[in-house]
Amino acid sequence: MSKEQSDNPAWFSDIDPDDIDAAATAITNGAAEDPQNWPTQAVESEIVEDTTTYYQLLHDAAITATQNAVESYEASDDRQLRHCLTAMDDVERTANELTERLTEWGGSRIDDSDTGVDTVRELADITPSTPVETRLTSLATQVLMLYEERDDLRTYIETQAATVAPNLTAMAGPVLATRLIELAGGLKSLARQPAGTIQVLGAEDALFAHLEGRASAPKHGAIFTHEYVRGTHPANRGSAARAFAGKLAIAARIDHYSGTHKQSIHDELTDRIETIRARNKEDTA
Amino acid sequence: MKASSSLPDGVQRRQFDNRSRLTTHGTTVYGEPRDTDGWRLWDAGRSKLGAMFKLDIETGLTGGESILYLGAASGTTVSHVADFAGPTYAIEFAPRPVRDLLEVATTRPNLIPLLCDARQPETYAHVVETDIEYLIQDVATRGQATVALRNRQFLAPDGKLILMIKARSEDVLSDPEDVFDTIISTLREGYIIQTRQRLDRFHDDHLAVVATPNM
Repeated sequence: MSKEQSDNPAWFSDIDPDDIDAAATAITNGAAEDPQNWPTQAVESEIVEDTTTYYQLLHDAAITATQNAVESYEASDDRQLRHCLTAMDDVERTANELTERLTEWGGSRIDDSDTGVDTVRELADITPSTPVETRLTSLATQVLMLYEERDDLRTYIETQAATVAPNLTAMAGPVLATRLIELAGGLKSLARQPAGTIQVLGAEDALFAHLEGRASAPKHGAIFTHEYVRGTHPANRGSAARAFAGKLAIAARIDHYSGTHKQSIHDELTDRIETIRARNKEDTA
Repeated sequence: MKASSSLPDGVQRRQFDNRSRLTTHGTTVYGEPRDTDGWRLWDAGRSKLGAMFKLDIETGLTGGESILYLGAASGTTVSHVADFAGPTYAIEFAPRPVRDLLEVATTRPNLIPLLCDARQPETYAHVVETDIEYLIQDVATRGQATVALRNRQFLAPDGKLILMIKARSEDVLSDPEDVFDTIISTLREGYIIQTRQRLDRFHDDHLAVVATPNM
């Protein structure tokens, strides 16, 4: 072929047409400045007999390449962690809903309990004397298992988050760190978000209401659950949220690009939050 | 010019539940009904290209063309395109829908799926050929005109661009008509606009554009 091949290689330039994995790798990793009439070139350089064979080969290689790319994305740690978090949220929501149903259904059969979970536990312990009570206790047992599953998922997130994002986890706690990663669509995306965006992640409704001129700007999104924001006097929460989000943005970038723990940013944040809280002496947290 | 209601070979109007519906010939993909002759329903409410045919917008597609489809997503529309077109390159950036797209591609030898970013054509220019006859774009990102301009290099001089513009992806706050005007004025840097029509009956705040490259 012409000189184009060196600076503008086709996916099939350097491969054995029988080696589908090599072809797939070439498709995934390759790049070219300008597209060419590849099918004709492939036939001319005798890689394939005709364009029909060319498209067959390309079809199979592209499927293998894309399959591998999707698998490696799905297998990445932050992806698994995000699945755990959304699963935990789903399990919790379902368990709560079924608990309401059980309270409605079986509330008269037991003494009043303080919490929903206690109600479910008592209903699961009833020795059923009628067919309907058998159904009731059976459902209660299942719901108890859902609560256990939720706790197990949370435990998994708590042990794994630090391996995926050590600084973010140390700063925000495992669940909030994972939630921020999920809201941003991955650690890589989070690392590319400006602090102002991270500050209001999870408050999109309020943000767009504000942008349309219907409301004031949200001061915090998902990060509200953190003690640094919630534990600060309302008058200073905006400042605390801004300071917190700023350091979270840095933490996410360190986690994505280097992955090592960096103590100094954590110390800086602690100092900063103390300074903000010192403005109001009612803040004793 | 052909009659405005002409459909490409391989797309037919057939009776489903006593109503005339669009169909293509192929294996089922997303649970759509399929008649005994193997024609499967193409739901215009789920596919912007389907809506264009339904609204009699002239595309010039006759069947068998080479296609570069940007924003293939899980392959709902692209499966129908591959049923009536020639070699069809399907570009999608998000890994999750590509899982479904792969299923669609496995049963269609002319469909070539690629997990790439349509904003960076150099990442697939070593695979996608030149002189593509139709560039079909349905991406939900900001900068939809730029994507169309960057991918013009694949188009044959007498090829065509079919662009679905989603106003909400570009700017959620401005009036959709203003957004469309801005995008189209950028598009004129590399294309001559032939048709511009909204798809509101089927898809809110979407505009369909047919254009030819000006080179």
